[in-house]
Amino acid sequence: MSTVAANAPGAAGGGLSDVAASEASLRRFLHGLPGVDAVGLEARAASLGTRSIKTTAKAFAIDLAISMIDLTTLEGADTVGKVRALCAKGKHPDPSDPSAPRVAAICVYPDMVATAKEALAGTGIQVASVATAFPAGRAALPVKLADTADAVAAGADEIDMVIDRGAFLSGRYLDVFNEITAVKQACVRPDGSSAHLKVIFETGELQTYDNVRRASWLAMLAGADFIKTSTGKVTVNATPPVTLLMLEAVRDFKAATGVQVGVKPAGGIKTTKDAMKYLVMVNETLGDDWLTPHWFRFGASSLLNDLLMQRQKLSTGRYSGPDYVTVD
Amino acid sequence: MAKNKKTEAELPKSGPLFGYAPAPESPAAAGDIATSYGHFIGGQFVDSSGSEALKTVNPATEQVLAEFAQGTEEDVDRAVKAARKAFGDWSALPGSERAKYLYRIARIIQERSRELAVLESIDNGKPIKETRDFDLPMVAAWFFYYAGWADKLDYAGFGPNPRPVGVAAQVIPWNFPLMMLAWKIAPALATGNTVVLKPAETTPLTALRFAEICRQAGLPKGVVNIVTGDGRTGAALTAHPDVNKVAFTGSTNVGRSIARQLAGSRKKLSLELGGKAANIVFDDAPIDQAVEGIVNGIFFNQGHVCCAGSRLLVQESIQDELLEALKRRMATLRVGDPLDKNTDIGAINSAGQLARITELTAAGEAEGAERWSPACELPSAGYWFRPTLFTGVSQAHRIAQEEIFGPVLSVLTFRTPDEAVAKANNTPFGLSAGIWTEKGSRILWMADRLKAGVVWANTFNKFDPTSPFGGYKESGYGREGGRHGLEAYLDV
Repeated sequence: MSTVAANAPGAAGGGLSDVAASEASLRRFLHGLPGVDAVGLEARAASLGTRSIKTTAKAFAIDLAISMIDLTTLEGADTVGKVRALCAKGKHPDPSDPSAPRVAAICVYPDMVATAKEALAGTGIQVASVATAFPAGRAALPVKLADTADAVAAGADEIDMVIDRGAFLSGRYLDVFNEITAVKQACVRPDGSSAHLKVIFETGELQTYDNVRRASWLAMLAGADFIKTSTGKVTVNATPPVTLLMLEAVRDFKAATGVQVGVKPAGGIKTTKDAMKYLVMVNETLGDDWLTPHWFRFGASSLLNDLLMQRQKLSTGRYSGPDYVTVD
Repeated sequence: MAKNKKTEAELPKSGPLFGYAPAPESPAAAGDIATSYGHFIGGQFVDSSGSEALKTVNPATEQVLAEFAQGTEEDVDRAVKAARKAFGDWSALPGSERAKYLYRIARIIQERSRELAVLESIDNGKPIKETRDFDLPMVAAWFFYYAGWADKLDYAGFGPNPRPVGVAAQVIPWNFPLMMLAWKIAPALATGNTVVLKPAETTPLTALRFAEICRQAGLPKGVVNIVTGDGRTGAALTAHPDVNKVAFTGSTNVGRSIARQLAGSRKKLSLELGGKAANIVFDDAPIDQAVEGIVNGIFFNQGHVCCAGSRLLVQESIQDELLEALKRRMATLRVGDPLDKNTDIGAINSAGQLARITELTAAGEAEGAERWSPACELPSAGYWFRPTLFTGVSQAHRIAQEEIFGPVLSVLTFRTPDEAVAKANNTPFGLSAGIWTEKGSRILWMADRLKAGVVWANTFNKFDPTSPFGGYKESGYGREGGRHGLEAYLDV
């Protein structure tokens, strides 16, 4: 929103380009963002959660949600077989109903990118790779950049990086900023094209809503294509209020700069009902512009099967049950 | 910079991509609505002594829901006599016994909340989302809360063994029919009074359904009596010589005439009247939540709220940004069928109220204020009014002074905290106010100076049975809710 831009140091010239000129100017900008009232934010998210999505609207939302899933496996136990199975699931989520849309992406660790890429060849499904010493991000910058470059070289279409929460929480915003820009550089392919960069905040570790708003602007200023809530590896992952706050941030960033940034809540979104609530938030905060897999994603694994069960229920009128969706 | 550059067409809307299919609550859930109703007196549904009947309509469709009796002086007298007769035994019950009845009523209200919510939406026009998630939970909470006081009156701060007043005459408005009933009846019964209540003439149905609940709870006969009718019935009730206490919620004009009528009598009086609350937004406010609070402050319940934040006082330095965000948000409000679960703004309660809102908004335009409403389709039948914003409003405009009691927000600006206080207080009313700032010390500084019974900080229209509610100046006197709310019904 223009409040932000108008209050922002360096914004007088009409842009935000020099906000990150120094640690001091970046801090002034981030701390000059409007505060977040936690009670009000949570009340708004809860009230949007009471929308009643029925019949045709539900059918639309289920298919949209499926098409927005970054189907994810991020386990130490991941194998080539597991990743291939997940890719097959992503291509044809419901073997009994070819009209079910495919997912947006398969999200894996860097060493599984090549496997996923091969399995998904020609499908249009993106391969997303976590990188930068995911999930803790506790490694030296050269290691993180090498991790990223490795994934890009293996063919990753999208990179999900984690920010250095330690640096953020200790107020070293410029370090976080520079790290994101460096990773963004590492996303560039030899042909000059670039892997899409999603920046994960681990909002469960940032704790306060004010921090989430600051992290959102920090990442967007540094060139994030997407901002993402969580790794799925800590106790508190995506929540409706945190996601709503990030939706407001991308809305305001677009108003201030003209640049559109995507949002990806990840972790803990397991049911169709949850997914509906998130889509309602996108719909009523951002509108049509963001209601596509290009600008909104769900980082999830078990969500897909619940969406498929609800989809079957809508088309057949009967609940089928977990034995009628595939476990991969 | 985006400032001032965006046109309305670019504001994001709840788009055509993801339109919500109708999600209507079933009208049948309201239970059986009789074709005609009499009064509830001495534990029985009885016919009126007169023959005049009024009609209550569904304001969303203009269809007649039921006929009900226009209470006569004789009806009122019967009801007061029944209440008087019941008073002796009821007030002699130990508080813990009275509490049992109130707890029972509270639980029945919870069990029947869907039915009551649907009935309220049909009769009043307010969205089911609000009756379901706000009115009914609040109604039950009020009975639970005052049930808890019934056996603890010795410790309420009014001395040992405080005595009830006697027979209470209670006249309530149409904006929160069942909730206003709860605000009146729960403390009166907890303290040992008996009551005669008159619901508003456009919304009598939930009060009559409440009479059934009193019977279901086994409440002794005559403790609660309900007499329906318009202002004539109300005047007869408040004038009745054997009434000890009058409690009125409604317009300032009627409140004035009741005060005149009661002057010199020994009746105890509490009034909860109109308001023209200022919702004050400082430049350091949490903007997104302030916008939500402004919307909730004025568009909640179609703006039919005595404490509605009908005057937005915004610091001049953030006016453009705030109004842009507010308009964007208003464009997402869903106006329509009150029974649709996704409706944010329902129907205006009556043709009369719609005419008043229309008249005042026309005056606003004629006086030079700039009017804005989001594009939204209104149903063809029924009473509807688009959420409306007036900018360029000054203190001298009627829309800045008079209570509109509809979904109409007047926007004024201020430059300094002193000016905000001066403008906020520059009204004959004094019911509520809102302050939006991240600075805690400023909240306290403002709250000290605002002449309003309730001051909300970084929120608006929040209610709780433990919290006293009431006004300064022409917004009335006496408090409802909390420990303070007991005093109105005690002989202290």
